[in-house]
Amino acid sequence: MSTETVLSIKGVSKSFGGLKALSDVSFDIQQGDVFGIIGPNGSGKTTLINCITGFIKPASGHVYFKGKEITAWQPHKIAHVGIARTFQIMRPYYSLPAYKNLIIPLWSPRARKTGGWRGGGKHGDRDTVAVDILEEIGFERDSRVPYKLASALPTGYLKRLELARCMALRPEIIFCDEVFSGLSMSEIAGMLPLIEKMKMEGITLIMVEHRLRELFRVANRVMALNFGEKLVEGEPNFVIENKLVKEAYLGSEGI
Amino acid sequence: MEILIYGIINSITLSLLSLGFALVYSISRVPNFAHGALYIMAGYITWLFLNKFIAFPYPLAIILAISLTSIIGALIYRFILIRIRGMEISEIIATYAIGLAILEGLRWGGLRGMTFTLPPFVAGSIQICGTNIDYQRLIIVGAGILIFALLYLFTHFNKIGLALRGIAQDERAAMMLGIDSDMTAIISLAIGSGLAGFAAILLLPLGSIIVEAGYNVLIFAIAVCVIGGLGSWGGTVVASFIIGFAQILTEAFLSSHYQMVVALLAIIVTLLIKPSGIFGKQKELEERV
Amino acid sequence: MDKNMMRKERIDRGLKVRTEGIYAISSYREILYLLGPRLLLIVGIIALPFLLELAPYWKRVINIMCVYALLALSFDFLANYVGLVCLGGALFTGVGGYLSAIFNVHLGLPIYLSIPLATVTGSALCTALLLPCLPLRGVYFAIITLMYPLLLTRVIEALDILGGTNGITGLDSFPNAYIEQYAIIIMMLVFLFGMRRFVNQDIGLVLRGVKDNDQSVRASGINVTHMKLLAVFVASFIGCFSGAYVAHLYMWAGLSLFALDFSIIPIASVVIGGGGTLVGALIGSFILVPLSEILRAFGSFRIVIYCAVLTGFIVFKSEGIMIYLQRKYHQFERWVKV
Repeated sequence: MSTETVLSIKGVSKSFGGLKALSDVSFDIQQGDVFGIIGPNGSGKTTLINCITGFIKPASGHVYFKGKEITAWQPHKIAHVGIARTFQIMRPYYSLPAYKNLIIPLWSPRARKTGGWRGGGKHGDRDTVAVDILEEIGFERDSRVPYKLASALPTGYLKRLELARCMALRPEIIFCDEVFSGLSMSEIAGMLPLIEKMKMEGITLIMVEHRLRELFRVANRVMALNFGEKLVEGEPNFVIENKLVKEAYLGSEGI
Repeated sequence: MEILIYGIINSITLSLLSLGFALVYSISRVPNFAHGALYIMAGYITWLFLNKFIAFPYPLAIILAISLTSIIGALIYRFILIRIRGMEISEIIATYAIGLAILEGLRWGGLRGMTFTLPPFVAGSIQICGTNIDYQRLIIVGAGILIFALLYLFTHFNKIGLALRGIAQDERAAMMLGIDSDMTAIISLAIGSGLAGFAAILLLPLGSIIVEAGYNVLIFAIAVCVIGGLGSWGGTVVASFIIGFAQILTEAFLSSHYQMVVALLAIIVTLLIKPSGIFGKQKELEERV
Repeated sequence: MDKNMMRKERIDRGLKVRTEGIYAISSYREILYLLGPRLLLIVGIIALPFLLELAPYWKRVINIMCVYALLALSFDFLANYVGLVCLGGALFTGVGGYLSAIFNVHLGLPIYLSIPLATVTGSALCTALLLPCLPLRGVYFAIITLMYPLLLTRVIEALDILGGTNGITGLDSFPNAYIEQYAIIIMMLVFLFGMRRFVNQDIGLVLRGVKDNDQSVRASGINVTHMKLLAVFVASFIGCFSGAYVAHLYMWAGLSLFALDFSIIPIASVVIGGGGTLVGALIGSFILVPLSEILRAFGSFRIVIYCAVLTGFIVFKSEGIMIYLQRKYHQFERWVKV
């Protein structure tokens, strides 16, 4: 695993009216990391992702991707350079079948430039590639599932569809916003090999999670946030033992 | 000096026209494309009360007309818009269709030609700083300032008014505090339509009641609201002053034909430079993630 | 509990299921099932002028009907496949018509050049006019498109340009009556089937994605504003063609090209005919335009009727004629006991 810093966040702050959502958050991400971001509800995790990926403009601070500044770029440009993200509130393209949902990322300029997942974007027939990707994710190829309308699929499949959407772009970094939430144990067990596969492909993962046990099985570094401030960063077991983190989750009287 | 005075008059006129639209949109997120239609309808109802039925006294006719317009506005919401609340596309088409139906219905029902007029409240004019101003125009300015003051007081000190502002700022939070969003929307549409009627009875005495004016009112209201920022009342007032003076200036230095051109250019320039309008909030433009 | 509660059950017809995929060409029955309605439409509309040989007034109505059908097609595409509600189709007809008049009368180009040129330049111009509001919320698009035809009418009137209230006269008419009749019918069918193909191509899917969830499209690295630009260009292409055609049909380009009719009748056609089906737009206008001719005696009341029907359909969420017919064609329905 190389130690090249792919993503560098320095001093990002954001306020919504009177609410300080993020206060001077800084951290670095190395190539190949599986980086976890944890914190109680309202600590600013999703806002942080939005600021980094361009959906919200940070009030101050800088974001660097491989040395290049991408602060406040437009979301599609950030996705184009290789940073993909899932959405916490999933909204697939409801009116399209599941495999057609992937046509959109496969059609994007990035997929055309990098060849998309397994080279499908450049010359392949996008429909076939889409079904291939779905099969890798865990949709049963011969069943009707990939061809069903996205509005008819249950949550487990939709979460995987979100990840598939990111994968189709052949990104270098994927931000996973609570991919494990709302899934049963067996569904999570089905997703862990997928995450391993992405690690092997060299993709850097940044995962915002509430389900710490599952997260710590895959993550190699973790950062904790509370009230928009960074509390501590480091190995998972080190972070979870930290007094501030315990206070954030359990309250000061629970220690 | 003349330009200053006419500029003020024109600006207050524009803001009277637009405030109803701005209010309805900011509170219930419904773009009331029937605004112009309600304006003309109020004028026509006043005319009917004055001329067709037993001759009502002028003030009574005005009060009745404004009340009727408010009630009709509220009914439009209660029976039609309430069923499609939240579906923007359907709301837009529905209000547009209703407005069109009212205007063209009035045209078919006999509102043709220039013979429909309302008498001014006080005939005659006075001289101020060397310029001749009709009493009616003075009344317009006075009434405009009065209604703004009333609205301000209402929405800052009255419980219902505060509820309106609450819903305008954050609907979900207001609902959780027990404010009924549908009731508020009905009230806002009633007030908005009432404002349209109020503007009508003030402004129509200056000319005659014609259906074309309904479309013009809609255009101006939209122009002012877009430039001031959809959803901001302060922005509406400021924008109406900007456009008001721009129109008077072009009328003075170029020709009066350019009034509409000014509105068009102002909208395009606003969209290019600051699309959310003067006081609009940028984050409202794109959907929240 | 009421033991006799019934529910409606819908099952795909056997014939429909047999026509999925490659099996569609396995026998004449399947082919006919799929092609039947389409052939009916094509043959029907092409034969219609011959059937009405004895009523030349109604032959004219067919031309107007196809013009409105094209406008309805562009509205359906924009509203139900891209999520942009265009309340001012008259913008396209007006721009297309006036440009065609300029090319034909002022620049002296012959009709078979002026119409295509007007279509292309018209679309470019309309797209440029609508460009500033594309990055904004859908409401802005509706407001701006509503406003443009009304404003442009007044500007033309006030500045007395482009012929002012009299308009530009002296446009060439079509070389012969058959071309006049069939140019619009053929183009209507071409655009209909072309659009159906287009929305199922990959790029069409991206546009439909923009309607469903534009944040997700952004996160996939696609510039949503460019996509909307493309969609507006396509829709205004169709609209400007109709405008250019109408101008040459009447040999006159005037303020009536920006009339409200061109804005409201397409919307009503789509709502009544079934939004989202593209064919529904045509069916809707095939019903509304002849109806409008019959009701001509009522003057402005026609518009009141359209608007009332339109509001009724929207409020009571009626699905539209085409969707109802499709449902009947493809599925059995029956009441079964719960």
